[in-house]
Amino acid sequence: MSRLAVRKTYKLYIGGAFPRSESGRSYAVTSSKGDFLANASRASRKDVRDAVVAARKAFPGWSGATAYNRGQILYRIAEMLEGRRAQFAEELGGGKRSALEAVDAAVDRLVWYAGWSDKIASVHGTANPVAGPYFNLSSPEPTGVVGVIAPADPLLGLVSVVAPVIVTGNTCVVVAAEGAPLPSITLAEVLATSDLPGGVVNVLTGHQRELAPWLAAHMDVNGLDLTGVDDTELALSCEQAAAENLKRVLRPAAEDWRAAPGLGRMTRFLETKTVWHPMGV
Amino acid sequence: MSIFEYAPAPESRDIVDLRPSYGLFVNGEFVDGGGAPFKTVNPATEEKLAEVAMASADDVDRAVQAARKAYGVWSAMPGAERAKYLFRIARIIQERARELAVLESLDNGKPIRESRDVDLPLVAAHFFYYAGWADKLEHAGFGADPRPLGVAGQVIPWNFPLLMLAWKIAPALACGNTVVLKPAETTPLTALLFAEICQQADLPPGVVNIVTGAGETGAAVVAHPDVNKVAFTGSTEVGRIIARTVAGTGKKLTLELGGKAANIVFEDAALDQAVEGIVNGIFFNQGHVCCAGSRLLVQESVQDELLTALKRRLGTLRLGDPLDKNTDIGAINSAEQLAKIRSLSDIGEQEGAERWSPACELPERGYWFPPTVFTGVAQSHRIAREEVFGPVLSVLTFRTPAEAVEKANNTPYGLSAGIWTEKGSRILWMAGKLRAGVVWANTFNRFDPTSPFGGYKESGYGREGGLLGLEAYLDV
Repeated sequence: MSRLAVRKTYKLYIGGAFPRSESGRSYAVTSSKGDFLANASRASRKDVRDAVVAARKAFPGWSGATAYNRGQILYRIAEMLEGRRAQFAEELGGGKRSALEAVDAAVDRLVWYAGWSDKIASVHGTANPVAGPYFNLSSPEPTGVVGVIAPADPLLGLVSVVAPVIVTGNTCVVVAAEGAPLPSITLAEVLATSDLPGGVVNVLTGHQRELAPWLAAHMDVNGLDLTGVDDTELALSCEQAAAENLKRVLRPAAEDWRAAPGLGRMTRFLETKTVWHPMGV
Repeated sequence: MSIFEYAPAPESRDIVDLRPSYGLFVNGEFVDGGGAPFKTVNPATEEKLAEVAMASADDVDRAVQAARKAYGVWSAMPGAERAKYLFRIARIIQERARELAVLESLDNGKPIRESRDVDLPLVAAHFFYYAGWADKLEHAGFGADPRPLGVAGQVIPWNFPLLMLAWKIAPALACGNTVVLKPAETTPLTALLFAEICQQADLPPGVVNIVTGAGETGAAVVAHPDVNKVAFTGSTEVGRIIARTVAGTGKKLTLELGGKAANIVFEDAALDQAVEGIVNGIFFNQGHVCCAGSRLLVQESVQDELLTALKRRLGTLRLGDPLDKNTDIGAINSAEQLAKIRSLSDIGEQEGAERWSPACELPERGYWFPPTVFTGVAQSHRIAREEVFGPVLSVLTFRTPAEAVEKANNTPYGLSAGIWTEKGSRILWMAGKLRAGVVWANTFNRFDPTSPFGGYKESGYGREGGLLGLEAYLDV
């Protein structure tokens, strides 16, 4: 008699823990061929708010960590992902070779962003030669809590939007790809075992149309990445809602996740702080 | 309580040749507006200075079309040539600096000492600074050939009319954009004199267009479908509306909005210097400053000493004729703003804070408000939360650095902050914790074209000044 497999329950990832949705809801996730894969948690408005609270709580520690430390942790995430290469390739489905390539690209993307942690300030900060006896320096600082609507590409796309947000010290609440949410929860297992403090990344699975507007309107969210929103009406209403507390918004745009990313995803969620001090004896 | 009596020392206003009426500046020419002309007054006397054209939506459309047409020429021009136009403009501003300063004080109400010694030098410096960038953009870190955005629609406030124009127009032009700028309703005159300067500089027609008017004109600029970039400086309330308008259009947006800055004085600070910094922080430009240090956070142990010194210093401030070279505090810019300052100050009293002003005679005509200090202010009071945008200081106290940080950050705004202490490590620790775009340590209200300025949180986004100020006007 063949052994019956022990299946995994796919839950949410909030504040470093894996709770079910407080709503008690789930939705069936199927493969591209229509086969049943799992019941993913269907997060609610309350889950969004809990996740924002967790992200806000994690912000002082994560933004206050040294850039070196954040870089080490992002590199650790890459290491942990590499170790689960086969598992992710299987979960991604499709052709085995292309799935492995996607995992490898995601690992490499994390390594690339990990290195930026202690370099972005040199590239995006300035020493300002003001016309007077003042020391004057501008440095980038993280914006705060960022809401991220992840793109459909379930692993490489997800990693490509989350890494640039957190490497600079932001914390985030991610709404995973609705049609393929399972790799996001498995990635959360990677995050949970990578020394990433709980709450820095929070992952919600569920219906984008239901969750995105709450994130867009939340007054304790400082930035909003709408990359994964395909519906222009939804993108518009989210951007309008984001205006209420002047969130920094990254608008949806077609992305080639295999292409070199550039700095834009980091700088969109950076503030610049300019410090003045008189010089004299 | 004045220590010295001063004889009047008025700057002559003859240098300004006021015309009875002014048109819009579109495609290099002054033209009539479609709306009913409005008057602009001297807020120190309430006398009418001139009639100004009101741009209708059609006028805005014509201005955008002119800017679009000019964009082809201007964006294709070698950066070195654009630079020379901007250098020319900077030079003419210097040549006509006194005329511009007097006109600014007449239209705005700010003391001539400030418009002459602060505003105008910074205006010229801003054009010089960005002129130099026009042919060096490939070295700015935005790629090998960063491109301009197109037509920039810019809406500016009345507190620093010409300086805000410079902050908007200089980087926009340096990067190869053309502009349609709307000055504030109550302070249009220096922008129209700037239009003349563009003519004197032989700037190609349509590169700079000035459309005067009220809120509706500004809304038409922001909403125009052929505008690629919107830049706004003003209230957070209007900033929200603009962000909503721009949503879904793909227009690039930068916003420089309100503030409620904490000016934090520790017990070890050089108190006399701190007093000067507090005065400069909130009474500079009648407190019509978005980054004004409107909340004084003083360490409890030196509260009495500091407030005594502060009140003594306020007794020496001279309020009156903005054109008098000895004047420290000029007129409130408009009747509307005066009403707002009065209302919030009355609410401050009603909510239980203690109000104090030095003995101070206000002129009979014009819009005036005395320097005012509220003590016993709680964080929940409206004068501690809302931007008064006037010469009104709210004093709160703290015991520990952590408490100072918590109180300073307890605001939806995040534009600026001040720290006064002799301890270097504490300055840097505080500077790191304060959620504000500009932190002045042992100084306040310093500005420079090389130094990026702009807010966190609801004080807006994007930076003006410095290398980072280019980003707002490039397609990056």
